[in-house]
Amino acid sequence: MARRLPRKDVVIVGLGWTGSILAYELSRSGLEVVALERGPWRDTASDFNIGTAADELRYAVRHDIFLRPKQETLTMRNNPSQTALPIRKWGSFLPGNGVGGAGVHWNGQTWRFLPDDFRIRSHMIERYGEAILPEGNQIQDWPVSYEDLEPHYDKFERVAGISGKAGNIKGEVQPGGNPFEGARERDYPTPPMRQGYAQELFTKAASGMGLHPFPRPSANISIAYTNPYGCSMAPCTYCGFCERFGCANYSKASPQTCVLPALVREPTFEARTECEVMHVNLSGDGKMATGVTYVDASGEEWEQPGDLVLICAYSLFNVRLLLLSGIGRPFDPATGEGVVGRNYAYQTGSGSTAFFEDAKFNPFAAAGSLGAALDDYNSDNFDHGPHGFVGGANITCAYTNGRPILYHPTPRGTPTWGSAWKKAVHDTYQRVTTVGAQGSVMSYRNNYLDLDPTYKDPLGRPLMRMTFDYQDNERKMANWMADRCDEIAKAMGAKTTQIGRLVGPWSVVPYQTTHNTGGTIMGSDPRTSVLNRYLQSWDVPNVFVTGASAFPQNAGYNPTGTVGALTYWALDAIFDYLKSPAPLVQP
Amino acid sequence: MPGIDARQPNRKPPQRHASHSGVTRRSLLASAALLMTTSIAGARVVTKVLPWKPNEAYPVTPVVPGGYLFFTPAEATIVDAFVDRLIPTDELGAGAKDAGVTTFIDRQLTGPYGGHDWLYMQGPFSATPLPSQGLQSPLTPRQQYRLGLAALEAYCKESYGGRGFTELNSDEKDKLIAAMEKSEVQFKGFSSRMLFSALYTNTIEGYFADPIYGGNRDMVGWKLVGFPGVRYDFRDVMEKPNQAYTLPPVSMQGRAAWGER
Ligand SMILES: Cc1cc2nc3c(=O)[nH]c(=O)nc-3n(C[C@H](O)[C@H](O)[C@H](O)COP(=O)(O)OP(=O)(O)OC[C@H]3O[C@@H](n4cnc5c(N)ncnc54)[C@H](O)[C@@H]3O)c2cc1C
Ligand code: SF4
Repeated sequence: MARRLPRKDVVIVGLGWTGSILAYELSRSGLEVVALERGPWRDTASDFNIGTAADELRYAVRHDIFLRPKQETLTMRNNPSQTALPIRKWGSFLPGNGVGGAGVHWNGQTWRFLPDDFRIRSHMIERYGEAILPEGNQIQDWPVSYEDLEPHYDKFERVAGISGKAGNIKGEVQPGGNPFEGARERDYPTPPMRQGYAQELFTKAASGMGLHPFPRPSANISIAYTNPYGCSMAPCTYCGFCERFGCANYSKASPQTCVLPALVREPTFEARTECEVMHVNLSGDGKMATGVTYVDASGEEWEQPGDLVLICAYSLFNVRLLLLSGIGRPFDPATGEGVVGRNYAYQTGSGSTAFFEDAKFNPFAAAGSLGAALDDYNSDNFDHGPHGFVGGANITCAYTNGRPILYHPTPRGTPTWGSAWKKAVHDTYQRVTTVGAQGSVMSYRNNYLDLDPTYKDPLGRPLMRMTFDYQDNERKMANWMADRCDEIAKAMGAKTTQIGRLVGPWSVVPYQTTHNTGGTIMGSDPRTSVLNRYLQSWDVPNVFVTGASAFPQNAGYNPTGTVGALTYWALDAIFDYLKSPAPLVQP
Repeated sequence: MPGIDARQPNRKPPQRHASHSGVTRRSLLASAALLMTTSIAGARVVTKVLPWKPNEAYPVTPVVPGGYLFFTPAEATIVDAFVDRLIPTDELGAGAKDAGVTTFIDRQLTGPYGGHDWLYMQGPFSATPLPSQGLQSPLTPRQQYRLGLAALEAYCKESYGGRGFTELNSDEKDKLIAAMEKSEVQFKGFSSRMLFSALYTNTIEGYFADPIYGGNRDMVGWKLVGFPGVRYDFRDVMEKPNQAYTLPPVSMQGRAAWGER
């Protein structure tokens, strides 16, 4: 039996990006807040030391600080006719664990979604007619607009110190920025990162083609900066041990650098680490949450009562916690009814690898978000009519790292070992770059999350099952983008290029992106969404869920800028809810 | 159907600080309270100050070369011979064997990697997984090497007139390795492709990982491509686009040498 602890005003599940922001804002208003985190405590000074941080084998290859699949993983299959098997070793995505969550070891590519992304269904139908929507899709408009979120994007960018160049301030297009972006009130808090030689070539070539390149907005920050919470950051040194690593320089925005130093000083805040929340507890009628039950590192169970439960466990684990807690009806792909697990989506990747005759790209001088980008082919910034697909991609020329265990490119056709391989590795490293397209994924009836019937975690609870594959729409889009990337790569002066298309089923093996979206989506109708427009559960109004699980489908961008904006948007609503606790939207 | 939004009609900015008593913004430098990292049973509780502790990051222990902890002497010779074909010593520098890759693999196998300690290893294990489902074998790396090397040796003895792998000439070795890579050769009781994959993956790791792990002697792997190692500050490189980087690499132990000096 679980032992019962004293009540708290707010119980937060997960102390990553969203959990730490909410914990700080709520505890500084005087509320008693406890955050329960399943992994260990981590902070820059003791865990990400410069003498041990730059270790590719340990962090990037052995996955030292990620969630260990032994503790929790999921099962996967490509479609409902197959038998799902556990992801025994992470590959395609790398969930976080421990204080800071995936925010510790993210890249830091920090985007705002485009205004059209939030009403993509209506927009596409208005412009092209219903027929453009792919078969089996469940694409939905978001219940919030870009304009709703603009001040909240700004807030997150200030807290994270994002380095970038505005493209549109109050409707005025800014030279050198992204002309397609939604209007922003003001520029980024810090100037863009310094770009390398490959980005120079990309920017020149793309401009020459009439495209609109700009420096990618980055949470690896360009100059010293103190954020509104009083946390200070140092300039990025382009160390190239960024994504998959904690930053030893206080240069990458993360809960550690931007929130925790302020948060731990709040006297009404307490973090309990190595405490895994098993489920949310509900009142007898199932209409209110009474708190959560968690198990600590010694295996003991505790009941933590609380008035408000905030589920900030990362997209995938948010979905699993709702399923395990019986909050909201699980989605059934056979009938199309139910909501929890619905509209799981991901991200496409395609592009072109460019081999130059002679260049010194110095790929090791890099950062998680270093790169030049363009949005000419994203969202509906181009005419989709002739192409017959929905969605788009941001196209970048970037260097995140040149770490040689995982990065030692060779041209296609090179032997995989032996002296010829060795020579090719030697000859290629400095003179290859890529132009890549990171694309949107729409939502479909057959891409969803539910509980696995066979496999269990060490606590005996079912693992979550992921049923996902790219659909024709995504393949068409990604492969069209690959050709666009190739055109740019050629214009950059590459001697030869190799196109990377989206082929074969989605696989868990190669790393793609930790951009898992959907499953607890927000919407305006409780029959097709789990959360209302304030991230509040339709079924249990004192439960709010933050993270990319709220996205109705995924856009052609990394998620965290939007995740951060939604968190601040929900925060305002939570303060209102606390004044008069009730559903904020009546269905 | 859009619902009725209780917050929409006359939206005001929320009054976040008004309703709660007496809490003001405090300076970050205020002398906070006690360091409290006590525990509620198995939980670690953090409140009021950052729990700074030295060496929390459990730094890795440098590998001291010499002898083997997992491999038998016979196994180690086979691994030496095998990795020497994967990355040979040639005019571009030392290959995998001379870079200490066998020691690297040996030490990796004795650690958590060798037992797949961090992976999900609960059954049932499917006999017919999809390629997209990735790793689905119950065999740990330690088992793969022990069983796989024995199967390789048995295959060689049987197919090459009693000679073991190390006694094959370079050409024979290369042909056999290529056949293992393509799954074109059957060993008794063990997948030749699985042994190839283990050796191949670990060889690349050992050749390019920090020398602290026992391979990449004198940072040969890094020198091969021109990777400067753990310098951690390349702002100077960003200032000089398209120029060769000329400084020698640095490893975690701070110098170019491998092992003791
Ligand atoms: C390698 C990598 C690169 C990335 N790059 C980018 C990028 O460039 N741009 C971008 O926008 N995004 C990127 N991301 C994604 C980004 O990290 C996430 O979007 C972001 O961290 C999500 O914040 P969150 O609060 O939802 O979850 P997290 O930050 O992951 O925090 C969730 C926390 O909840 C804890 N938790 C989970 N379940 C439980 C439980 N049952 N009980 C207690 N605690 C629990 C977890 O341990 C974790 O600490 C990347 C991610 C990875 C892994
Ligand atoms: S690249 Fe910059 S932000 Fe990333 S870890 Fe290195 S110093 Fe930190």
